[in-house]
Amino acid sequence: MLSIGHYLFLGLALFVIGVIGVVTRRNVIIVLMSIELILNAVNINLVAFSRLYGDVAGQAFALFIIADAAAEAAVGLGIIIAFFRNRETVLADEMDLLKW
Amino acid sequence: MLDSVLFYFFASIAVIGAVLTVTSRNAVHSAIFLITALLATAGIFLQLRAEFLFIVQIILYVGGIMVLFVFVIMLVNLDVAVRQMQFTRQKWVALVVSLALAAQVGLMFWSVRKMPGQGLAVIAAAPVESLKPNSEEVAKSLFSTYLLPFEIASVLLLVAMIGAVVMAKKRT
Repeated sequence: MLSIGHYLFLGLALFVIGVIGVVTRRNVIIVLMSIELILNAVNINLVAFSRLYGDVAGQAFALFIIADAAAEAAVGLGIIIAFFRNRETVLADEMDLLKW
Repeated sequence: MLDSVLFYFFASIAVIGAVLTVTSRNAVHSAIFLITALLATAGIFLQLRAEFLFIVQIILYVGGIMVLFVFVIMLVNLDVAVRQMQFTRQKWVALVVSLALAAQVGLMFWSVRKMPGQGLAVIAAAPVESLKPNSEEVAKSLFSTYLLPFEIASVLLLVAMIGAVVMAKKRT
């Protein structure tokens, strides 16, 4: 028997793995991928509650989160390309200048 | 029964894919494992009878966003970065943050379990004849109740598009 707890626990596991990736990785591209994991974990929770209550509002909000993820990935990767062109690095702890 | 089997199958693939995404040394391998995890999540959506989100997850996440990631990995020269240290010295911060999160959610589960008559609700299997066409329901909800957020999302995507072009173009 699947309860809502199973899905919440899966969402929690993916969320925590994503947070660990954001905090510990040095490569900014992998940090962005971890953020995608976090957004995905939230989507699982929304869809599970949408199924539990028989209301499609959760799925509509999951669509908005996917749109957000697309926007965030586009802008973030644009920033990474612009930064790499100037500093030749993708490591987060070497990005310590606002202007050069 | 079938639901449980499918759930555990897709959930284990998703968690393993996520762990490998965070730990693998090469960014291309990370991207491939992230694609695996996202496809497994799409399977979870299908198991939850959210067919429209299943398709959107595959087409938009795996086919759009991840292709963008792989393109950028190819554009950025990672040979130097692979040979350097992959992790920051923030292991303890990560440990504390994840333990705090896990404790918070554990407390939530524990307090829900003590409530009489409520507990963790079981997701009932819907009878086949009562399943509604999912895409139609989502579309009705998006174009009536959530029309304004829907339009704002389109503006957000326009802003992101312009922003990405401005960021990535060569400075003249």
